Amino acid sequence: MNIIVAMRQLADLVEELEVDSSGTDIDREFVKFVSNEWDEAALEEALCLKEAYGGTVTVVGIEEVDFHQTLHAALAKGADRAVELTGDFEGWIPTRQRAAALAWFIRECDFDLVLTGVQAADDLNGQLAGAIGAMLGVAHASVVTNISVEGSEAHITQELGGGVTSVSRARLPLVLGVQSARQAPRYVPISRIRQVMAEATIEKVPVTGESFGNTPQVLRLYAPEASGTATMLEGKPKEVASAIYDVLVAKGVAGSRKGN
Amino acid sequence: MSGPNNGVMVVLEATAGRLSDVSLELISLGKDVANSLGGPLVGVLIGASDVALTAVGCDIVDCYVDFGTIGYSSEMAVTALSARVEAIRPRLLLAPTGTLGLDLCSALSVAFDATLASYVVGLSVDAGRIQATSQLYGGKLLADCDLGDGFAIACVVPGSAVALQLGVGDVEVSNHSLDAIVGSLAIEPGIRHEPEASGVDIVAAELLVSVGRGIGASANLEVVQELADALGVPMSASRPVIDQGWLPKPHQVGKSGKKVKPKVYLSFGISGAPEHLEGMRQSEVIIACNTDPNAPIFKVAHYGTTLDLFDLVPELVELVEG
Ligand SMILES: Cc1cc2nc3c(=O)[nH]c(=O)nc-3n(C[C@H](O)[C@H](O)[C@H](O)COP(=O)(O)OP(=O)(O)OC[C@H]3O[C@@H](n4cnc5c(N)ncnc54)[C@H](O)[C@@H]3O)c2cc1C
Ligand SMILES: Nc1ncnc2c1ncn2[C@@H]1O[C@H](COP(=O)(O)O)[C@@H](O)[C@H]1O
Repeated sequence: MNIIVAMRQLADLVEELEVDSSGTDIDREFVKFVSNEWDEAALEEALCLKEAYGGTVTVVGIEEVDFHQTLHAALAKGADRAVELTGDFEGWIPTRQRAAALAWFIRECDFDLVLTGVQAADDLNGQLAGAIGAMLGVAHASVVTNISVEGSEAHITQELGGGVTSVSRARLPLVLGVQSARQAPRYVPISRIRQVMAEATIEKVPVTGESFGNTPQVLRLYAPEASGTATMLEGKPKEVASAIYDVLVAKGVAGSRKGN
Repeated sequence: MSGPNNGVMVVLEATAGRLSDVSLELISLGKDVANSLGGPLVGVLIGASDVALTAVGCDIVDCYVDFGTIGYSSEMAVTALSARVEAIRPRLLLAPTGTLGLDLCSALSVAFDATLASYVVGLSVDAGRIQATSQLYGGKLLADCDLGDGFAIACVVPGSAVALQLGVGDVEVSNHSLDAIVGSLAIEPGIRHEPEASGVDIVAAELLVSVGRGIGASANLEVVQELADALGVPMSASRPVIDQGWLPKPHQVGKSGKKVKPKVYLSFGISGAPEHLEGMRQSEVIIACNTDPNAPIFKVAHYGTTLDLFDLVPELVELVEG
């Protein structure tokens, strides 16, 4: 069972995101980057599959700010191989470009599964799994929450929305966009990551810039205007609590009807 | 192969004999673009043809046997839609953000070298070029982008347009079987599983106390549970709380969870990502507690506070327990 996991770093959404002077990208200078949470789920599912069926887990991604942190953490968690694709990558990278570089690398690998996160929050140009699948000519599915393998077949669970799921039998190889793993991503102590940083190597593979097809051109990036409907409750916790409680009582869901 | 004409193709889904809400929204969006381009609006319906009769607003409707009866397969969806794109050569394809849209859009954009925008919340046509507005970074930023003058695809966020109220009228309908496709799939049609029934019914509740990743750790849930208990209402949650295993799946609100419309939705530590808003934006009153003043939840909330939930919740408990 050879699994390739495509991972990346992404601006931390809890941060304040500023638009840079070009007006078409976020200001990447001061923002904090973190691993894409769904890629972490993809990695977790890959590690669970490796534990169940043996094989290898290769983590690969494009050279970007702080991507080594993702790779080192993945190795510390049990990935076998970490690959960084180097080249002319700067600023916002369209999914098509990302997918083309990844597909170019993956095509030469011996793989049963390619796993990647269901989405990234800046996927303006589509999601990765479908693009990689189409480029490789390998069947793909997204919003996957469970994978089990039997010989050359897998059973994959996809969420269809509203709590409905669908379980398909599928022939390997497959490219899957992972929504959540069978368990929450494992924790790895920082000491273990430090050890990996000292010992492990990250393979750097240069990719040559080739065309990757049409992508949207960003004209303007901006914060949405406040709709103006929210009344912000100011004051000490006691005062705000009291204002909220008044709303609950006014709507008849607390107070006189306590216990509902 | 002829070049793209000026038609707009919309991917429609039907459940229980009627078009989904997002399908009606796509028809509404698609109609405007088709009018601007001067081309037809073509619906590709994943569902039986009796539903198609209600899909007026489209000029033509292509029907596929319902995935609901055959079972869903991403590969089947891609193969079926590729055939229709090949035959009709639209200028723009609209699909809903969700499993179907995620499975379709990237793959079709590569296959047809189409310009693709996802998380789309608005569309316009300017001098023959299609422009889209997309919601990025969990709803924190918007991007206006140019999709060019060739074939373009937009994966649209549910709730982005007012659903078109359809009348009955003449529409050209053609039916397609998936039989020829089904035999050769690497990903077979799946077996459908309905959500597990459970004791908790967050849909029926008039008040929901909802908790997000801002709660930080499983042990902290107690703080909010105390408030829910005091109010005698169920606790609901955003997806990360469920994925961490802190609360069971039936408590999840949003795209892949439940759609709720309580009288009051009281949220703590939820950012308001589009997939979450999809499940609760129709609540009568939304009260949001989030330490980040720029959190998108405040765009839909009626009342908001940037207090720390750990400071606010105990005060609320005290009031409720009075
Ligand atoms: C196909 C698909 C389906 C999805 N379906 C769903 C779904 O059904 N439901 C759903 O919810 N999500 C769904 N998601 C995930 C969604 O995109 C978001 O990731 C998720 O909603 C974020 O949850 P959150 O707001 O709890 O977490 P975050 O976005 O991490 O937000 C946490 C918030 O807590 C605030 N906070 C932190 N500490 C405190 C404090 N002490 N006091 C107050 N506030 C604090 C922070 O400012 C932050 O805004 C889906 C995603 C995909 C791709
Ligand atoms: N560095 C790169 N960046 C983006 N796309 C690439 C890169 N290298 C190769 N590709 C794409 O990968 C696909 C296959 O490339 P190849 O295997 O080199 O023929 C083509 O669509 C190339 O455009």
